[in-house]
Amino acid sequence: MQRYILIRVLQAIFVLFAVSIIVFALARASGNPLILMLPLDAEPEAFEILAEHWGLDQPYHIQYWRFISNAVQGDFGDSFKWPGHTAIGLVSTRLVASLQLILTALILAAIMAVVLGVITAAAKDTPLDFVGKIFALMGQSAPNFWIGIMLIWIFGVELGLLPTSGRGGISHMILPVITIGWFEVAAIMRLVRSSMLDTMDSEYVKLARIKGVSERKIIWKHCLRNAAIAPLTYFGVIAGALITGSVIVETVFAWPGIGLLAIQAVLARDLQVVQAVAMVFAVGFVGLNLIVDILYAYLDPRIRYG
Amino acid sequence: MAESVIPARRSWYSPGAILNAVREARRYPILPLIIMFLVLIIPAIFADLIVPHDPIASDLSHRLEPPAWVGPKVVTKTVVDQRQDRRVELTLEDARNLKVGTAVGQTPSLSGDLAVGDTVEIIERPGGAWNRPLGTDKLGRDLLSRIIKGAQISLLVSVVVIAISGVIGTVLGIMASYFGGWVDYLISRIIDVAMALPVILIALVLVVVVGPGLKVLVIVITGVLWSRYARLVRGEPLSIMSQDFINLARVAGSSHLYVMARHVFPNVFNSLIVLATLQVGYVIIIESALSFIGVGIPRPTPSWGSIVADGRDLIIQAAWWVSLFPGLAIVLTVLSVNLVGDWLRDRLDPRLRQI
Repeated sequence: MQRYILIRVLQAIFVLFAVSIIVFALARASGNPLILMLPLDAEPEAFEILAEHWGLDQPYHIQYWRFISNAVQGDFGDSFKWPGHTAIGLVSTRLVASLQLILTALILAAIMAVVLGVITAAAKDTPLDFVGKIFALMGQSAPNFWIGIMLIWIFGVELGLLPTSGRGGISHMILPVITIGWFEVAAIMRLVRSSMLDTMDSEYVKLARIKGVSERKIIWKHCLRNAAIAPLTYFGVIAGALITGSVIVETVFAWPGIGLLAIQAVLARDLQVVQAVAMVFAVGFVGLNLIVDILYAYLDPRIRYG
Repeated sequence: MAESVIPARRSWYSPGAILNAVREARRYPILPLIIMFLVLIIPAIFADLIVPHDPIASDLSHRLEPPAWVGPKVVTKTVVDQRQDRRVELTLEDARNLKVGTAVGQTPSLSGDLAVGDTVEIIERPGGAWNRPLGTDKLGRDLLSRIIKGAQISLLVSVVVIAISGVIGTVLGIMASYFGGWVDYLISRIIDVAMALPVILIALVLVVVVGPGLKVLVIVITGVLWSRYARLVRGEPLSIMSQDFINLARVAGSSHLYVMARHVFPNVFNSLIVLATLQVGYVIIIESALSFIGVGIPRPTPSWGSIVADGRDLIIQAAWWVSLFPGLAIVLTVLSVNLVGDWLRDRLDPRLRQI
């Protein structure tokens, strides 16, 4: 088990290292940030002074070394666009806003998905199961930016019930959370349903039935425990969808999170912030997958010795 | 000796035959296939022949017309001296300047004798017309024509991306499992990296670097998507590899390339077809999302995502149709493609349930 974890951690570090090279290269390729920072009639000397100040006059391998050695200490330099702010400072304040949204959506989605998945599995081939299927299919087929806009139209404009943009109280969170969460609910609930159906078919469940255990206890205790493993592996995929989704949903609802910051930083060619955001995304994705892998190996011994 | 029974001949139109045909048809995803053809494939292929209006040229005389079945929006306003609430009041001067066509019926304003305290019914927005069935956008372009034209981008991008990433992913995946060892290790790590790249951010940066366009869009989505094929294919042949026919083929003198192409590939083909179908919906959603945030297909070429974005600011003005219909096109397409994919999976490769 320890060996397995060690190998997975080393692999994760390698992946992050490779991603950092790609991010660094892409950020450099996005054009000279000084052109945007200086006025149009700036003297060539001004470019040189500023380039030296930011270290942009150094060869690329030295720039990269400086970037990666500071990055592992959590330092991504100062922002070009927002003077007086460090890149990591900007990212972490925005990250809090994003996490507020993402975690709320994820927790609510997980609870709802498990409940719906179990109920639809228990009610297989009934009208209830059919309604659940439609709900799941819609969630997986409708793009989140469109769901967001339609929610704004219905609840914000026509009914005037909920605020449609910005960050504030709980009422500001309702529409973005539904927008992010619907897809997650749909995806997880389909998995829960199919793995529930598999377990409900197994021998030990039959035995429990013969012993006279109540149907409710069989479903919620005996089956769910074993059926929960399969959807867990899917969390890695969900992490990716959440990161992509947060950029879009934050744009739609003007939520001041890391996704909105990403777009602003790229448009302002703020290399430092772009790098910081990209690395935070990658660390989030790789880290979550790592946790899922380790949990999975812990829950299912076949993996760690396989 | 038993008498042989001659089955009664049934003509094709007998009730039983029709019932059988219906039963047979129910085994196929007929409805999703019809929707897929109606919303995606036919519009995409015949776009230039069937668009009722020019999808790109603006026509300012038809700005923001609602769908055909929506009537004109009429507001009753009171004529006042000092206007306070512009939604229900208007000044005497404004009322006198009302043109024919903006006021309902023969209002006093058009005849000139209007006084403070009168009410006028004003047409704030004209009703829709059937020659532009889904209404028009801010520049007066026919929404139906734009959605039809937008199907082209969706189909083009998904076919090209899936073809390229399918080939790359399959080749690398088969190589990884066929050779094993360090080749497998290297390819597996590249797959990990590709899966960890944030698609949207890469797209954003690339668009700033080289400008938006079809090429960038295809490169970005392919750059992420190939890894899914590679992972699927790599996992698949692990069981095939241990079978005797692979070793026998090698012993018989076949080259590595021949064994991979002739013996391994056919065994993963079904899974590939299923994954490819299920990914069409994914690619269409990603493409429209990128176009939505402005890093996909550059305007004025219509893409479903950018049309939804066009309508985003209009939602506040209650012009809901501009965003609603292209979104519905995406939902219907993705839904039908996914249902066809599910059916194919159950038919060809039920083990892929997890995808």
